[in-house]
Amino acid sequence: MSEWQPRLVVFLCQWAIKSDSEWYRRVELQDHVRLIEVPCSGRLNPLFMMSALQYGADGLMVVGCDPGKCHYKEGNYLARRKFDTLKGFLATLGLNEGRVRVVWLGETESGTLPSLVESLRHDIQQLGPRRELATRQPAPCVA
Amino acid sequence: MDMTMDELTQAIRDEAKRLLEGGEVDVVIGFASGTLPLRAAPVFVRKAEDVGRLIWNGLCENNLARYLRGHREQRVAVVAKGCDSRAIVALLTEQQLDRSKLYIIGVPCRGMVDRRVLARRAPGEVLVWREEGDEIIVEGESFAMHLPRSEVLYPSCAACTHPNPVIHDVLLGQEVEVRDQDPYGHVREIEEMSAAERAAYFAAEAQRCIRCYACRQACPMCYCEECFVDHSTPRWIESGATPAGLQGWQIGRAYHLTGRCVACGACARACPTEIDLVYLNGKLRQQVLELYGFETGLEVGKLPPLAVFRPEEDAQSAG
Repeated sequence: MSEWQPRLVVFLCQWAIKSDSEWYRRVELQDHVRLIEVPCSGRLNPLFMMSALQYGADGLMVVGCDPGKCHYKEGNYLARRKFDTLKGFLATLGLNEGRVRVVWLGETESGTLPSLVESLRHDIQQLGPRRELATRQPAPCVA
Repeated sequence: MDMTMDELTQAIRDEAKRLLEGGEVDVVIGFASGTLPLRAAPVFVRKAEDVGRLIWNGLCENNLARYLRGHREQRVAVVAKGCDSRAIVALLTEQQLDRSKLYIIGVPCRGMVDRRVLARRAPGEVLVWREEGDEIIVEGESFAMHLPRSEVLYPSCAACTHPNPVIHDVLLGQEVEVRDQDPYGHVREIEEMSAAERAAYFAAEAQRCIRCYACRQACPMCYCEECFVDHSTPRWIESGATPAGLQGWQIGRAYHLTGRCVACGACARACPTEIDLVYLNGKLRQQVLELYGFETGLEVGKLPPLAVFRPEEDAQSAG
């Protein structure tokens, strides 16, 4: 494989587009995309995202449920403020440039995860590797 | 007529004496002269006969609210300038203090003087200093320099928009005039750079970090029993002595104060390598003000912005 492949970490709310995680298991993207299911986007501590960048992720995506559609009523409302401030903060430090992406999806939008991941992969590939925050070499690829 | 620093010092001593003699409080937390010419140090006065140790001048830079959680079992009087009082409000809001055990001696603040700038601008070792009106006078063996106070303030003090105590049981001296200015000027300056320049600037600043964690220790709002950076099994983030690890620490520290930072600048004043911490927390404060209309430490009981939400607000983060 000659083309550089970015390493992506996708945090997926277990309730958002639930069926799509099956797709991930089926297509074996594990070599460059890590899909991490979380109970709710509100469960995500921004330090998890920092940690992903430190372990060598080139891009991050959080997939949560549409505001107002949270299984726990308000988890994504609280998450929204956390991600907004974190993204703005990283941008001021010159460390974001679209590498941290947040997507809110309705329950009817199942089946969209493959295209979301592909679009992130495409965009990060254009940006190229960026590892200022990486503290270690990423783990070797499975494939 | 404004009170001079000496008159304020006397007023603080009188108030402390009254409180300790009357048995109203167990301890008065204020400032005493430091052991070096350009230093003042926090002091805990427990006996009325010791109130003579208390002073007030332009070097009283520590945020004394930092000590209040450690004295929650006692009745405490604390000398509070604007930023100390905002930290007290924030701590009360986070239910870390008992208001009924707290006596707040409010002192309007004209901004604290950056002792490092004084030492740097003086041609020799500074042995004596004093304030006269809007001038700071430093003297050494063979020199005497007059410096305008406005030129030697800490950056956080020069940008301060709430110099008067927002909460107090007694207010000593006249309230000072609030300067009309942009508290986020420095953040905007940084943001005018390109992303690559900003990343390089942040990397160069963070690179000087020696991980002494003085910024955290000085911060009135950093009161976690165990800081994320000390937690090692498992690690929250890596903070090794690599460029990335040092940046990770700075990001984690600053971000944990989102909506909680009271802009006192104690972190930057405590930093031995003078890392520009002001813009890190400044950016977070600017965001919570612009996005959620929230300024920390102005109103007891108003919940921090990351603890609440408005369903109708736009998601900035989509996309």
